[in-house]
Amino acid sequence: MTAARRVAGKLGALLLTLFLASLLVFFSRFLVPGDPVSFLLRGRKPTPEAVAQVTAQYGLDLPPWQQYLQWLAGVLQGDFGRSLQYRQDVTTVIGERLPVTLGLVVMAGAMIAIVGLTAGIIAALNRGRVLDRSVLVFLTMLGAIPSFVGSIVLIAVFAVQLGWFPSFGSGEGFLDTVYHLVLPSIALAVVFVVLVGKVTRSSMVDQLGREHVEVATSRGLKRATVVRRHVLRNSIGPILTVSGLLVAGLLVASSIVEAAFGLAGIGSLLVQSVDRLDFPVVQAIVLFVVFAFVVVNAIIDILEPWIDPRSAAGAGAR
Amino acid sequence: MTATPTLALEVLRAPRVHRANAALGVSLVVVAAMTLAAVFASWIAPYDPDALDLGAVYASPSPAHWLGTDSLGRDLLSRMIYGARTALLGPLIVVVSSTIIGILLGLLAGWRGGWIDATLGRIFDVIFAFPALLIAIMAVALFGKGLVAPVIAMSIAYAPFVARLTRSLVTSERSRPYVSAYRVQGFSGGWIATRRVLPNVTPIVGAQSTLNFGYVLAELAALSFLGLGVQAPTADWGAMINEAQAGLLGGHFLPAIVPAVAVVIVVVAVNVIGEELSDRIGGGIPA
Repeated sequence: MTAARRVAGKLGALLLTLFLASLLVFFSRFLVPGDPVSFLLRGRKPTPEAVAQVTAQYGLDLPPWQQYLQWLAGVLQGDFGRSLQYRQDVTTVIGERLPVTLGLVVMAGAMIAIVGLTAGIIAALNRGRVLDRSVLVFLTMLGAIPSFVGSIVLIAVFAVQLGWFPSFGSGEGFLDTVYHLVLPSIALAVVFVVLVGKVTRSSMVDQLGREHVEVATSRGLKRATVVRRHVLRNSIGPILTVSGLLVAGLLVASSIVEAAFGLAGIGSLLVQSVDRLDFPVVQAIVLFVVFAFVVVNAIIDILEPWIDPRSAAGAGAR
Repeated sequence: MTATPTLALEVLRAPRVHRANAALGVSLVVVAAMTLAAVFASWIAPYDPDALDLGAVYASPSPAHWLGTDSLGRDLLSRMIYGARTALLGPLIVVVSSTIIGILLGLLAGWRGGWIDATLGRIFDVIFAFPALLIAIMAVALFGKGLVAPVIAMSIAYAPFVARLTRSLVTSERSRPYVSAYRVQGFSGGWIATRRVLPNVTPIVGAQSTLNFGYVLAELAALSFLGLGVQAPTADWGAMINEAQAGLLGGHFLPAIVPAVAVVIVVVAVNVIGEELSDRIGGGIPA
């Protein structure tokens, strides 16, 4: 199979998944029994203007499949309708809050990469020894700390008790924002470190036992060179795959961390919109999270043969 | 074919000595204690979990209140004991129902193959793109706050994981000699699948499913922490942390830290048991 055909196939699968996901997000509303207008306007006064507005926004006077097409046409142009609580375009409301969430996810991602890779490499190079086992226990312990527990403990210790970091808000300007996001991103990162750490370890242990590593060592290459050029490079595939899977988890868990630290990101917006019955915003954020997850994983999937040429040649060619 | 009864016996006898036995023992004690607390909460709890005592707000741990009291003077220990109910019940329902749904769909996909398998696989791929917590939040947005909608939604969210494992086991099982032996004797495909293959794969899948329990527990607690699950006056660990957040900033740590630590301890205990179970049962059957 040529590279072009492979990429085309992956893109086709990507579009199909996105299409099915959009069906799920859109038609989920139809599971709610009763009148859609009263569902969308729960907790609000059904004034004639409000009724007319949601009817027009969702095309409620049209048959369901036309409602979907109208919605999809809007979504493809970046139009998710209007927020019921903010009386602004959903896209604007989300756009204002996206930077905080992205900052949080990027910082947490960096921490996961640094700690996970370091722990995995240390464990793999000392496999079977006490250090290996201690690292594994450490990783497993981190993996048992959900982000809301992490947030609570970090706030108690480092914000309230020691007063080293702020416990609320995202700050002004770049450095202040980074400073405000330190505790939240640690809380977000903690539970995911174990995945990257364990995959790094097992992937490297697998490579360390292979003949090409033995050959490289017997040629007299330095240990560090062998590890860097022969072991780490060949272990990168599974690590990347796992990292891609983390994207959705990070985006969803950011709602917990943002709520705990009072950050105005899309995660806390999602929770707040569920609380205030603002369905258009909920729908848009859910679709955004799924979109980000599917697209990032497709990119990793498509790029893999260039990062790791063996996977293009098939699993047998190692 | 009596693989299932022998397998069950093997697990009960468990002759293999495991290195993590101490951890396993502690974990079993934790889970047993929590189950007892949940079942007998009204006998064990020293106070009514909802009884206010505004004269003893944020009391420190003492013989009267072992874990102290919260912002409304409610006894923390009693609330923890009652909170064990929702903490256990939610994940239990999710794990059991997602396992049943998953096994049935996986059996269908693995046994029938063809377009059924392809279609189910496609549907699973789409559900995998929705993290369980996101589906639960979506369910709350549609059907309102509480634990009912999220529990149903998460049962659906976890089913594909179970189904994929079941499918792969069923596929390899299908090519084993005993299946063709039954076919030659004229037993119908449906009979072999449900009466012989299903009992053979169920223990392995069931053991793996116990590993989901901890995740579900943490996710449902997170949902209540966000204010979308169990609602405020009810004693629930997640909801308790949510209520205790304001006090946390004022230096009153216990009402938030106690339920948070409890979640971690239970998640670890459940995971240790789950890993042990899947180790033993997975090892008992040749792949």
